Amino acid sequence: MSRVAWIRIAVIAIAIALLEVCCRLGLIDHRVVIPPSEMADALARLLISGQDNGQIARTFGIVLVAAVISVIGGFALGAIIHALPRVRQSLDPFFATYYAVPIFIFYPVMIVIFGLSAIPIVLMGVATAIVAMIIATLNGLDRIPHVLTKVARVHRMGRIGTALLLKLPAAAPHLFTGLKLAVSYAFIGVIASEFILAPAGLGRVISDAYTDFDNRQMYALMLLLIIVATVVNMFLHAVDQRWAERRGIGKT
Amino acid sequence: MTTANRAIDTVIILIVLLLAWQALHQVVGATALPSPVPTLAYLAKLLPSERFAENALATLVCFFYALILSYGIGLAIGVWMGVHRLSGAVGEPILISLYTLPKVTLYPVVLLIFGLSLSGRVTFGAMHGVLPVALLTMSAIRNIPPVYLKSARTLHLSRWQTILTMLFPATLPEVVAGLRIGFTLTLLGVLLAEMFAAKHGLGFLIINAMQLLQAEEMIAVAVVLFAFAALANALLLWIEHLLHRRA
Repeated sequence: MSRVAWIRIAVIAIAIALLEVCCRLGLIDHRVVIPPSEMADALARLLISGQDNGQIARTFGIVLVAAVISVIGGFALGAIIHALPRVRQSLDPFFATYYAVPIFIFYPVMIVIFGLSAIPIVLMGVATAIVAMIIATLNGLDRIPHVLTKVARVHRMGRIGTALLLKLPAAAPHLFTGLKLAVSYAFIGVIASEFILAPAGLGRVISDAYTDFDNRQMYALMLLLIIVATVVNMFLHAVDQRWAERRGIGKT
Repeated sequence: MTTANRAIDTVIILIVLLLAWQALHQVVGATALPSPVPTLAYLAKLLPSERFAENALATLVCFFYALILSYGIGLAIGVWMGVHRLSGAVGEPILISLYTLPKVTLYPVVLLIFGLSLSGRVTFGAMHGVLPVALLTMSAIRNIPPVYLKSARTLHLSRWQTILTMLFPATLPEVVAGLRIGFTLTLLGVLLAEMFAAKHGLGFLIINAMQLLQAEEMIAVAVVLFAFAALANALLLWIEHLLHRRA
């Protein structure tokens, strides 16, 4: 591992240790933040007892469903929009504005329409994630080098062959960036919706624990969410880097 | 693309959105989703009302403080990490993973620290806005072509001259992009905070309207926020384009 990576680990470790010391010495009130070691202990006990496993599975399941719908749907929509230049041109201002609008203001509307169930949450997850995938697909298809279409013609490849053997691999890095964004946005969309209002799920359990002053439960589940989100993002980032290196343009 | 074309495209999108709204209204019924015309009529009544002014002001004040914090802290971190290479290399992945984290998870911690107060909502808003500002400022400084620095040295520019006539203009377009994203996310953070726990503000107004089943008010407020965010973003994008063209 490089020197920089070691320093980074040291910085994080020192930050956690500092928090631990401050909590243990009473500089930070136990009712506000509990020591990190206690968070980890609470999380371990919670997972072993299995009392919240259903909620955990529910939330990550919804995130997965929302991410899959967004990636597949976003790719399909992106490909269709790319094939229709006039439509695409009209949609440009829409895409440029989409993430500027806090779309969570529409979550209550979804609840009123679909009721308090998993459907509005999936829809919010998809709504936050799918546009990133569409934009990434458009970018990827835009950046297919012209020479590749010529190669396809020279080899007399059919439409499907060209799409699968040339265009898809050429656009793949951008598609993967879209996937990466879609996954982390789906996370944010689903968890935030569950926090605001939901019949069940991790966000709901954390917000209930907060209302009940059950700090051990609250921090345990927060820790779980942070660990899962960080591990998933880091994994996707690592895959992305690896591909970039293989193409010879990566940072070392 | 000409300005006229862009304007036409924007109008087309607005019409399509209104039609989609009307169509959804036909499907789900008036109690769940009132149609555009009555909602906009309701909006016209709501806008001058004192209740709206109070809550809009509460949101604006909170947003204003959060934005100052986001920009101030974000620029400071970004400049530091851009100038000092080692800090940048160490800190960038940490900032990126914080950026992708659903920060709403941490809102109860903010509430435990600050209570149900303005400072809590401001902090939460700033937590959203700081990271993109810092990340883009850092990359703007790192991406300055080395030849600029060399020419500054050749011309014997003083430290301040270098900063004012070279570093500042060279980094401005990307920094402004960071400020635009920071603006958006700070607004999102403030509204989420108001939706989750508050007694004032437009986010609270939406949640309150939902609990009272006042669909018209809920959507009217959402439309106002939509328009505010879209216009502010368009303005900042326009500035960004101007800077890029000049660069």
